[in-house]
Amino acid sequence: MLAWTIYLSFAGAIVLAILPKGKPALARWLALSVAVAGLAFAIAGFIAGVGQGLTVFVDLPWMPSMGIHFLLAADGISRVLVLLTGLAAVAGVLFSWNIELRTNEFFAFFLALIGGVYGVFLSFDLLLLFVFYEIAIVPKYFLIAIWGSTRREYAAMKLAIYSFAGSAMVLIGLLAAYANSGSHSTSLIELGHAGFPVGFQMWCFPLVFTGFAILAGMWPFHTWAPTGHVAAPTAASMLLAGVVMKLGAYGCLRVGIALFPRGLDPWGFSFIGFGSWRDVFAVLAVVGIVYGALVALAQTDFKFVIGYSSVSHMGFVLLGLMTLNQIGMTGAVLQMFSHGIIAGLLFAIVGRIVYDRTHTRQLAELETMHLSRRLPFAAWAFVIAGMASMGLPGFSGFVAELQVLVGAWKVNPWWVLAAGIGIVVGVAYTWRALQKAFFGDAPASPHMLEQEQGHPLAAITWPEVTGVVLLAGASLAVGLYPRILLDTIEPAVKALLAGGVQ
Amino acid sequence: MNYADLFRVTLPETALEIAALMVLVVDLGFLRKAALKVRVAVAALLGVAGCGAALWTVGLQNGNSFFVDGWEVLVVSPVALTAQVGILVLTALTLLLLIDENFTHHVGEFVAVVLMAAAGGLLIVAAQDLLVIFIGLELLSLGLYILTAFAKSSGKSAEAAMKYYLFGGMSAAFLLFGFSYLYGVSGSTNLAEIEQSIPLVGMPLLYVAWVLIVAGLGFKVAAVPFHLWAPDTYEGAPAPAAAFIASVSKVASFALLLNICNGLFQPGRDWNGPPQLINEILRNEFGRWQPLLIILIVVAAASMVVGNLAALAQVSVRRLLAYSAIAHAGYILLGVAVRRPYAGQVDTIHFVLDSFGPALRSANAVLFYILTYGLTTIGAFGVVAVVERATGSDRLDSFLGLHKRNPVLAAVLLVLFLSLAGIPPLVGFYAKFNLFAAVLGVSAGPVPFALVALAVALSVVSLYYYLQVLKRAYVMPAVDESPIKAHPVTMAVLVAIATAVVVLGCFPALLQNWIESCYR
Repeated sequence: MLAWTIYLSFAGAIVLAILPKGKPALARWLALSVAVAGLAFAIAGFIAGVGQGLTVFVDLPWMPSMGIHFLLAADGISRVLVLLTGLAAVAGVLFSWNIELRTNEFFAFFLALIGGVYGVFLSFDLLLLFVFYEIAIVPKYFLIAIWGSTRREYAAMKLAIYSFAGSAMVLIGLLAAYANSGSHSTSLIELGHAGFPVGFQMWCFPLVFTGFAILAGMWPFHTWAPTGHVAAPTAASMLLAGVVMKLGAYGCLRVGIALFPRGLDPWGFSFIGFGSWRDVFAVLAVVGIVYGALVALAQTDFKFVIGYSSVSHMGFVLLGLMTLNQIGMTGAVLQMFSHGIIAGLLFAIVGRIVYDRTHTRQLAELETMHLSRRLPFAAWAFVIAGMASMGLPGFSGFVAELQVLVGAWKVNPWWVLAAGIGIVVGVAYTWRALQKAFFGDAPASPHMLEQEQGHPLAAITWPEVTGVVLLAGASLAVGLYPRILLDTIEPAVKALLAGGVQ
Repeated sequence: MNYADLFRVTLPETALEIAALMVLVVDLGFLRKAALKVRVAVAALLGVAGCGAALWTVGLQNGNSFFVDGWEVLVVSPVALTAQVGILVLTALTLLLLIDENFTHHVGEFVAVVLMAAAGGLLIVAAQDLLVIFIGLELLSLGLYILTAFAKSSGKSAEAAMKYYLFGGMSAAFLLFGFSYLYGVSGSTNLAEIEQSIPLVGMPLLYVAWVLIVAGLGFKVAAVPFHLWAPDTYEGAPAPAAAFIASVSKVASFALLLNICNGLFQPGRDWNGPPQLINEILRNEFGRWQPLLIILIVVAAASMVVGNLAALAQVSVRRLLAYSAIAHAGYILLGVAVRRPYAGQVDTIHFVLDSFGPALRSANAVLFYILTYGLTTIGAFGVVAVVERATGSDRLDSFLGLHKRNPVLAAVLLVLFLSLAGIPPLVGFYAKFNLFAAVLGVSAGPVPFALVALAVALSVVSLYYYLQVLKRAYVMPAVDESPIKAHPVTMAVLVAIATAVVVLGCFPALLQNWIESCYR
């Protein structure tokens, strides 16, 4: 059933690409129905998969001479992330309702991207996973370069080159693993049993992990993320932060950690305090958390604040992965879901609800616009999203980050201390952005006042309300009753830890 | 010597030559007064028919080669068959793309020369004798020089042809010089006989011969440092001629290289005798050919680096394609050059048979790569030709707003260039993956691994310059929005090529199985 999410998205992309031009309404509704159908399949697959482990649903020989299969399967981690993709896709279409330029092409690229993302989460063959991973990169380039803003061509090219550099590292690792396994198969399950020599894992793990982590926004390879997020059109930045960065984190988990677990073993010597790749990547993750938060605090562009907050929040995912214990890794997966929802919501508010009406994202200018009065819906939506982003109890981010920190404490309390600073700064930058953008009481210039009275901002439309309710509702639901997702994630993480890691 | 075999083995070449003569007779004899369009269409169709007939005769081969004094001269081998089919199909596509062209009034001659050059290509992929190789190579090359110069009114075309001719003449001299050393060392011009009769390890004359031969063949495949003709020729030649040089001539030259390497380095031969003796033979075997492989590997690495980096700076799309061709030649040379070094002790004869497997696989992968690369390049030149006719230039900026001016053409360009960049699910990705996996399958030592890593890293670089073209076609605002029209046949061929690139990318087993079936 889950496989249909992939087929449907690509079919939708093809239909939209050949749809006659000049019918934007048709394109929108078509894209929305494809996205909703995808979400329906994702939910149905999620419900059907409760209490089940790894289920294989498609297994066809693809390149028989090389032992490569078209192998689609899902475990708890995949199901949760497919659910996230479904939600992000629907919300993305809703917040792109006002795209007028080359509408059908926009949604064609959008659905191709979504199809690739579904594909990555459901592939259990390493080559197939890689193929979908790369399919997801090309539409991103065009989405940003054509429909973006602020230095869009630069940002799009930067993102494409970073992504491909990352995927080249993954491809080298893939080729090495394929040549080394001797099993003549790229199935993740078979490669997992290949028993690579420790020396091989020691260099292949960091290669593949870094390759994927570039897309997950790991410091210091994160610089594509803020520029890319800012330049991207709203829906693309929602998807970038919401699901594409999760592709990287998912790859780190599914390929890096699960295939090369011995790569995390201690080196046997210590180099300036680092005793293993695990220490290295955990420290990079913590640096990302603190650095992202501090830089977000200093931004003048509203969207850059959110962009850097993504880097900070993705640091929690990577830190959770590096704990290598049940609670920390469960938290990491939950944080992927949670950040996907919350970042999507934040980008939607900044990019669509605010920017498309005010045509500025500069906090200094927004300060004079009294948006809390003129756009109360946006203000309150941002209050909710901001609380979720800060990790207040009741929202999904709290549960996820708490689990990550508990897991990290068991390994190294110093990581938790540093990450805690990141959380405090996180409260500060969210608060600052909220205050400046919506509740600013700076007196408006006469010109502004005149504009304020003469031209009321366009009313909030139904797609925006629906999208906000959908995303905020999802975050709140998971925050109030995390067991909906945890019951699915925990067994999968347990199986992964038992099968792969140590 | 059996003339019936010679007749049968050369049937495809004969078919092409007959078609060439027929084109000349029909064009010069009957169509002197007809409109140019009619003459182009008739000549192209006759040429395509000739390719079809030649394809049919390739199918008639029953696997018997042509022998002289017990040595194979023209083989009917899997590599030869696959490459011949590829050459004929690609020639037919080039001729179909000719239909829209108007650079010359001498259509009959153009098509005839194309067919004769293709016959030279058919010859070299089957030849096992140095003299036959040289004759076939010259037949191909002389045809290409003429084709390059065919746009008589264009100064660029003349300049390109002159450069190509001078470089080509010199490299042919090098090649012949190398062949003569090889003959002097071994006393034979037959690859198999040379392989058996070169006596010992480390004969300095042999190294000189290798260097000269690599120089000669490196010119044909446009490998660094013998690549200098490529950008000028690609830029100056009329588009169909450039497409022909970039695809058919490349396929033939790489198949030739594969033939020479396979002929000289035969891991599949059966040796009988005690293990010690076989060990000795194998060690000598590899020791003798290793210098050749090392030279090839150096050339491959240099081609990848120079091709990809130089392409970054190009503003002419044809020159960009030329440098990308140099880079691709580097990738392919890896597949040709990386062979398993002999290590350890042989206990049984099975070792020999085992090592045949990986070498065979990398030959397969090279064939897959050159066939699909040739197909993609022809399509790319087809698109460039259409744009050039409409805008008068092949500069990057003439692609501005292509998606508005002709959406189908822009979509074809997108598919072909992403395939050249190696993006899945297009065939270029699979060809690269297959080639690199085969190289590592032959030998997973540090050197092959480093080379593959270099190749993968440089394909990231290549994405940048392919995106430069696509960015202009899709992203940047158009200066001129008037639609670009192309002949329906041209569009149909281009769409068919793009479809093939997508379909073969999603189901590479279709082509892979066919190539493998040639081995049975």
